[in-house]
Amino acid sequence: MIASLPRPLWLRSATALYLGAFLLFLFLPLAVVTVFAFNNAPYPAPPWRGFTLDWFIGNRALGRVGLFGDSELLGSIWTSVFVGAWVTALSVLVGTGNAFLMERYRFAGKQWLSVLMLVPLVIPGVILGISILAFCSRLAEFADSAFGLELDFLRPGLVLVVLGQFSYVATITTLIISARLKRFDRTLEEAALNLGASHAGVLRTITFPYLRPALIGAAAISFLMSFQDFNTTLMLVGTDAPLTVTMYGRMREGASPVLNAVSLFLMLASALLALTLMRRRAAAPARAVADVPQEAT
Amino acid sequence: MLAALLIPALLWLFALIVLPHIELALLSFRERIGPRQYVPSLAQYRTFFTEPLYWGVFVRTAVLSAIATALTLLLAFPVAWIIAKIARGRASSLLFVLCLIPFWVSETVRALGWLILLRETGVLPALLVWLGITAMPVELLYHDATILIGLVYTSLLFMVVPLVSSLESLDNSLIEAAYDLGGSGLVILRRIVIPHAAPGITAGCIVVFMLTLGNYLTPNLLGGKNSQWFTELIYSQFIVRFNWEQGAAFGFLLLALSTGMVALGLRLSGQRFVDVMRRT
Repeated sequence: MIASLPRPLWLRSATALYLGAFLLFLFLPLAVVTVFAFNNAPYPAPPWRGFTLDWFIGNRALGRVGLFGDSELLGSIWTSVFVGAWVTALSVLVGTGNAFLMERYRFAGKQWLSVLMLVPLVIPGVILGISILAFCSRLAEFADSAFGLELDFLRPGLVLVVLGQFSYVATITTLIISARLKRFDRTLEEAALNLGASHAGVLRTITFPYLRPALIGAAAISFLMSFQDFNTTLMLVGTDAPLTVTMYGRMREGASPVLNAVSLFLMLASALLALTLMRRRAAAPARAVADVPQEAT
Repeated sequence: MLAALLIPALLWLFALIVLPHIELALLSFRERIGPRQYVPSLAQYRTFFTEPLYWGVFVRTAVLSAIATALTLLLAFPVAWIIAKIARGRASSLLFVLCLIPFWVSETVRALGWLILLRETGVLPALLVWLGITAMPVELLYHDATILIGLVYTSLLFMVVPLVSSLESLDNSLIEAAYDLGGSGLVILRRIVIPHAAPGITAGCIVVFMLTLGNYLTPNLLGGKNSQWFTELIYSQFIVRFNWEQGAAFGFLLLALSTGMVALGLRLSGQRFVDVMRRT
């Protein structure tokens, strides 16, 4: 029942109980990951043997390699950041272009194109991965047999990982940026043009400042999707593995608390990103108003 | 200007989506008869239907995905109701954010949490022994139920978000009116709430089913050797055995199942694909 209607005591207590159980279910896995990053034992399992920072900084006496000394994990974090930066840049760029294309222009086949743009979201990631893998190696073989060219970037590796993730992240950025562009009041642009502004000037001083929250949101989501992607990446990965793939490999060998340490690091990074985004969103209306006159002068 | 915007869009969709899938289709309809010699054939699909292991895994994946979707809906609906209709103001947005937080963390981390909780030497078996429920630690991993827990956990967000947005748009006065006219909770749920929330329910179910079907990480880590998930077959044909023709055929079968269920869901609820995607 809704808040304005009388709710009997049993219903209220059942609701509270359910909510408690739900939140426990939601946070228990994350809580144990955190707790066992600090357990003084070689496996992330009970019982609790005391607090240690060995799984972060290492302990030579016990032969423990901590996160900060684990070059494979650190390297794969760097690989993930590198891939994420490329995917974000490409997706926001193409997504912005698509938003203008779909909101501002009319052309033959537009309806058809707008459906095609949504398709990447309904294709399972594994299939996106294998289709791009197969297509690129066909291209590489063709280049090799026809021109004698050895195109290494078409073989499994980071270029393919970036392309594979970009292929569906671009749909998400297109949706986010289009949604904001659709609500834009075009009379603002017309007014500026009437007052003698150039088209580029209008874009720079009016349209882009208005779109900025969507661009930032789309960039954050792209980076997060890229950082978390597993299915597509697994099919396209070469020798340099991003973090998710490295962690998966380690987990199959048997978990060590170093994985808990790197997970904790990921959780903190995500929380930081979420908090800054939310603060920005809360401040967004005030900023948008403040930004326009400032940049126009 | 139009061309400058159209070219990147077409390049993206054709070079990364359309052409690769055509290549995949061509691969799946051919058969290797010798080194570098191929003939068009239906052999890959024939193998799938004649080999009970393959279609068994296929059906199993579909059924478990459907169960996971239903469980996710059952678990998410009350929470979405509390967020949209019972909690107010800050409490409501706080609860919503709490529901989102676990999904800002990679699926690998969430799977690691479940591994630590459920494995034989893990937290829950130790707790069961301590409580005196079991004499020895029991292995809670590698069961179908474990896979389901992991899948439901991973999918919750994609159900809660569309449900909350469709429940928030339901006018409270409709519920009050029904209540004043003597409607019981069940009647209100069946005749007012569910019809109104149907688009959100469909959108959530479609997305969750799709993601579950295509999941690899969670069934593989929580189910171990017993998981028998269809994406694992695709992976092993493509990457391990290097039998791309067979892997491509499996890929298409998974794609057909996924697309078929999406189409069925849309048809049953009478919605358009574009609207559902916008909603989620």
